[in-house]
Amino acid sequence: MSELRKLEEQVILSLRELYHKYGYSQFKMSKFEPYALYLQNKEFLVSEGVITFTDTDGTLMALKPDVTLSIVKNYRNDSASLQKVCYNENVYRIAGPGKGYREIMQTGLECLGDIGLYELGEVLLLAAKSLQCISPKFFLNISHLGILESLLREMELGEDAMQAVLQCLQEKNEASLRDFCRGAPSERVDLLAALMMENSCISQAVALLPPSQGRDELQTLAALLEQAGLAEHVRLDFSIIGDRNYYNGIVFRGYMEGIPTEVLSGGQYDRLLMRLGKRAKGVGFAVYLDQLELLENRQRSYDTDTVLLYSDDADILALSAAAKQLAESGVLVAKRIPPRMTCRRVMRFQDGRVTEIEHHG
Amino acid sequence: MVNIALPKGRLGEKVYDLFEASGYACPSIRENSRKLIFENESAGVRFFWVKPSDVAIYVERGAADLGVAGKDILLEYAPQVYELLDLHMGNCRMAVASKRGFRDNPDKTLRVATKFTNIAKKYYGDQCRDIDIIHLNGSIELAPILGLSDVIVDIVETGTTLKENDLVAYETIVPISARLISNKAGYQFKYAEISAIVTALKGQVNPG
Repeated sequence: MSELRKLEEQVILSLRELYHKYGYSQFKMSKFEPYALYLQNKEFLVSEGVITFTDTDGTLMALKPDVTLSIVKNYRNDSASLQKVCYNENVYRIAGPGKGYREIMQTGLECLGDIGLYELGEVLLLAAKSLQCISPKFFLNISHLGILESLLREMELGEDAMQAVLQCLQEKNEASLRDFCRGAPSERVDLLAALMMENSCISQAVALLPPSQGRDELQTLAALLEQAGLAEHVRLDFSIIGDRNYYNGIVFRGYMEGIPTEVLSGGQYDRLLMRLGKRAKGVGFAVYLDQLELLENRQRSYDTDTVLLYSDDADILALSAAAKQLAESGVLVAKRIPPRMTCRRVMRFQDGRVTEIEHHG
Repeated sequence: MVNIALPKGRLGEKVYDLFEASGYACPSIRENSRKLIFENESAGVRFFWVKPSDVAIYVERGAADLGVAGKDILLEYAPQVYELLDLHMGNCRMAVASKRGFRDNPDKTLRVATKFTNIAKKYYGDQCRDIDIIHLNGSIELAPILGLSDVIVDIVETGTTLKENDLVAYETIVPISARLISNKAGYQFKYAEISAIVTALKGQVNPG
């Protein structure tokens, strides 16, 4: 049966198992939320565009474009000091290069509460392991907003220039970055440009960073990843920018060979919790499963393995028994071959016996 | 193998010359044939010609690892790609133009004809200006002449077409040139090859 399972389905099961091993419990949520939640936190969403409808009591509701906000909203300040949840939900939002509404199967986890370096490391490790579950050819790229913000603060850029610089960082656009940073200390600009273009393994790349609490954090995280044998898949990448009103600390994205867009996105979002009045810290990530079919190389040669033809006068009980015998590799029982259907062989049930009448390939 | 989408036309040919001078030649591309894809296995590159406005689509969707697209296309469609290098080719500007003697009356809605609706919306949005966008696919210069619009937002290279139609470019929105862009995931997995190409091209680019 397992070969019939699509990669997406296999991955959902493997990831659920992985997250449960690390103490994450499944969180099942409603498909809808009041639209106000997304309106108040719209910059947190990865894309604009929410599908709305009016509920029976007149409340404007939305089809969930994001899962994290719902989990954070439900975090109770008086709950246990640490809440670890994982989920597997469909979300609805504008996504992909086509920029149309899409239903995206998303799986992921959130860790909320009293979060320290251990929890950050565990989430990062699970992000890397999640990608590894899908394919061995992956990269997890990490940035640190604390470090980035302190670098930008030292450059004393105005708000407009700051926005432009953040845009350049996301585009890895070195020439424009240098243009917008004109007047800032050149060694700072050089460092920022070097970090933006950096693409070596995290264990080596952290050496580029100036001493700071953020660097110490990244060094410990790099050591953790190294211990798990995953460091070579993890890179420092300062072109990753989460919205600074929500994210702080580490932010990360996952890439998989054969998929043109990111398949994992996550980070530390203490500021989101603060905005929602929660006395807690938070970190988590989502894996986007909708793109995984691009990795499926299984090309089915036939629609079905066998077509078993029968006529009106066939003994139904004997036909059913014959079909059961052929069912292992897949059988379609029909009076005639459906148009445009392809199959490996055609069998005929007649006088209580099955005979092969056509064989392809 | 690095897949590279080149824009069809004069600019694309100049861009190919740049690749050739940088050590990424693919001689078969110069042969007069109907082939669509040209490969140089030893240099590790595969070129293909696509419509200039489609380059960013090929790159964003990963059919090409690298491509060369105008800044106008990148601003208009905001594809999720890396913009690795300004090639300083195909230099022109995105400008606001209108009939000679046109006076912008700020107490009226400004009618703007353009192919670049997102660029125009952002430009006037930043000024809190109320505009009526008229999306046209070509012959934009006709719009103010026939009274379809007050102004146009379009690419101006030498200004000859404007001049011949008695139009004047009176504001520059942004300078435009050709940019080397990369798919974000492709960049991760072909980092060494892509960096080598960028470094080689950088050595040949003339910032003028």
